[in-house]
Amino acid sequence: MLDFPRWKTISISIILLLGILFSIPSFLPEKTRDSLPAFMQAKVNLGLDLAGGSHLLLEADIDDLRKTQLANMEKTVRAAMNGERGPDDDIAIGELTTEGGKISFLIRDQAQLDDARDRLFSQTQGAAMTGQRDWNIDIVDTTRIVMTPTTAGQTQAVADAMDSARDIIDKRVNDLGTREPTIIREGNDRVVVQVPGLQDPAALKELIGKTARLEFRMVDPNADPAEAAAGRVPVGSEIVPYAEGEGSGATFEVLRRQVMISGEQLINAKQSFDPQSNEPVVSISFDSGGSSTFAKVTAQNVGKRFAMVLDGKVLSAPSINEPILGGSAQISGSFSVASANALAISLRSGALPVKMAVVEERTVTPELGADSIRKGVIAGIIATVAVLVLMMVVYGRFGIYANIALFFNVFLIIAIMAAFNATLTLPGIAGFVLTIGAAVDANVLINERIREELKRGRKVYQAIDLGYSEASRAIFDANVTNVIAAVLMFWFGSGPIKGFAVVLTIGIVTSVFTAVTVTRMFVAHWLRTARPTSINI
Amino acid sequence: MRLLKLVPDDTNIDFLRWRKVASFMSFFLVAVSIALVAVKGLNLGVDFVGGQSVRVEFTQEMPPIDDIREKVGQIGLGEATIQQFGSDKAVSIRTALPEGDKAAAERAGQQLVAGIEKAFPTAKTGSVETVSGKVSGELIRTGAISLGLAIIGISIYIWIRFEWQFGVGALGRLFHEVSLTFGLFAVTQMQFDLNSVAALLTIVGYSLNDTIVVYDRIRENLKKYRKMDIVPLLNLSINETLSRTVMTTVAMVLALGVLLLFGPDVIFGFTAAMLFGVFIGGYSSVLMSTPVLVWLKVGPHSFVPRTSAGMDGGERVERKDDGAVV
Repeated sequence: MLDFPRWKTISISIILLLGILFSIPSFLPEKTRDSLPAFMQAKVNLGLDLAGGSHLLLEADIDDLRKTQLANMEKTVRAAMNGERGPDDDIAIGELTTEGGKISFLIRDQAQLDDARDRLFSQTQGAAMTGQRDWNIDIVDTTRIVMTPTTAGQTQAVADAMDSARDIIDKRVNDLGTREPTIIREGNDRVVVQVPGLQDPAALKELIGKTARLEFRMVDPNADPAEAAAGRVPVGSEIVPYAEGEGSGATFEVLRRQVMISGEQLINAKQSFDPQSNEPVVSISFDSGGSSTFAKVTAQNVGKRFAMVLDGKVLSAPSINEPILGGSAQISGSFSVASANALAISLRSGALPVKMAVVEERTVTPELGADSIRKGVIAGIIATVAVLVLMMVVYGRFGIYANIALFFNVFLIIAIMAAFNATLTLPGIAGFVLTIGAAVDANVLINERIREELKRGRKVYQAIDLGYSEASRAIFDANVTNVIAAVLMFWFGSGPIKGFAVVLTIGIVTSVFTAVTVTRMFVAHWLRTARPTSINI
Repeated sequence: MRLLKLVPDDTNIDFLRWRKVASFMSFFLVAVSIALVAVKGLNLGVDFVGGQSVRVEFTQEMPPIDDIREKVGQIGLGEATIQQFGSDKAVSIRTALPEGDKAAAERAGQQLVAGIEKAFPTAKTGSVETVSGKVSGELIRTGAISLGLAIIGISIYIWIRFEWQFGVGALGRLFHEVSLTFGLFAVTQMQFDLNSVAALLTIVGYSLNDTIVVYDRIRENLKKYRKMDIVPLLNLSINETLSRTVMTTVAMVLALGVLLLFGPDVIFGFTAAMLFGVFIGGYSSVLMSTPVLVWLKVGPHSFVPRTSAGMDGGERVERKDDGAVV
């Protein structure tokens, strides 16, 4: 075991040097690091609990998605039954219901049943690779068509919605100008958002949690306020409540169901100030289709009022004083600059396809994070020094070898973490300290074994050789159990604990290398050059 | 230079003599721990019961805890659990999971932060955690599963590498240490959260280090001294590894103790649990995990082929031995 050919010595030395080299960038301030060559840029990332920042887990409201899906299909059905070639082509339907998550309606003229079915079939799609359509179309009692969403179709719809929700959230968070956000899908219906270094998570949540479905709709001029308060409104209209703090006294408006213009027709939205009141507003501009619709509708309805509806709540309902031709408008409400800006960002990114709720939040301020780093590093240094002194006092020369190995171990852990772009968390610092304590365990085992073999009267060389070979077995077994625990921690743990498991696992591997192989190399070299006849251990 | 010896050479302590007392102690402590958890319960953090927790630091003199409790009670989120950190100006304020939809915890969290900052102008929010009921349920489940899997997985590994008796010994020991650590959390009412589960998993991983070192030596001695009775053989094995056990425990206590005293108070509970684990680990590797082997009748035959398998001849024996030696 003590035979070290030159190639082995050289490769071990190279590994140790690389360890030091690649751990350097993690210690340098950002500016200095930027001036290094590209392969030296990798560094250890700080977790949110150290850098400060917010971790948000968002869960989609699947029921809401199903409802939207159903409402969209209802629209599709109505559109499909209105033929392309004018009124002759229409198929008359009736008794349409959407109860029980199905669309069911009557075809008045039985002769048109097959035609109706064909038109609907062309509106359904194959669901991913399953071979199923996304909707089943059944004919019941020879007059009624029932459309049921298939499981595969629903799964596909959720997956599509989540993909696009992730992209939209990504756009919004990036628009906020944060550094290095992480936005990933998790499970079927969740998105994880991690934004480091953030001071105000409220703004972030406001931004990503908002569905941002914007609609411009006409206020029904024929609605009688007293009737509406009792819940009776004209056909084709509905009651829409005001958003909190809006409406100056009024709690609702009666709006036409038909949407004049929607958020999808926006090409830009930005925060600005109202020229008269100097209040923060959101300026929006429509695409060409939206502009011409807006111009046409406002020209026809001068003197009437329209409403700006966001996520089912009225923000404001101004009067149309003159036709608005430029294709731009201002959304006013009781905004602050920040909330107007957030709304502008949400509108630019498009509406979320599904409502999202924050089901878990963990926010740490950068100050607390910095405090944790400072205390963690101080504790780490004191702990290391204490262990180094202990090893030296107990094992003398062999303790010093172990200490040098420990020193390399620290750099190797940092280098490997940097190479994998791993994240250092607060429990990770604890893992680091623990690794220091545990790394010397291998050397303790070896050195104790050497002591024993010497006591049994073996010669120096043989005792050391046996010490290493006999102790290696227990070292190996012991570390496998640690890896089992660390892997499970990584599997189940959330952010900070994953970080702990990563440090632990890397530390186990590197410490076996440094504590066994590297110290053996030192010892072998010493034995070869000094040829001691007795050792003090 | 004269080197320090933590344990004198050639100790010959009859540890197994105390095996009945030690086992009784262990059973007693496990029972007490379970009873404590049942009676006092664990102080579960928001990770496992849901709700919202805010860490607040006061830039000036900290108001009395009762004052904080009263003011937080007025926010309308129910009775607050207030825990003081190591430093004298920081507290963690936690209120129970509000009823409502799944975003209720998040809204309550905002309400709590706003309420505290309004009631105490010198208060600064250091961290906010809100967990909904659904997520906390999942965290409890995965936490329990991973702890169970770790205990079983490691025991199976020991069984494969050694013999079934050793696997049972490891299982018993892990159960013992996990129970006692739960007992610690029940007695001190330290918050039990995700970090505590990580600490438990670490204890599970590291306490087996000790067991393996002792078991490895027992295996070696069983092969070396075929004729020796099992009790003296176990005593010999423990004594031979005693200085290593002590030295490693001292190194770990030193490292973790420093972290406990000087480290960030955010992970105080995490470190305290691990330190406790190292202590009871030292105790159990000396007095607890070996007596099991006596009762399970481990003997020299444990590592040689049984006579019924003798027809395979010596070659198979060799291979088995090689397999055991890496």
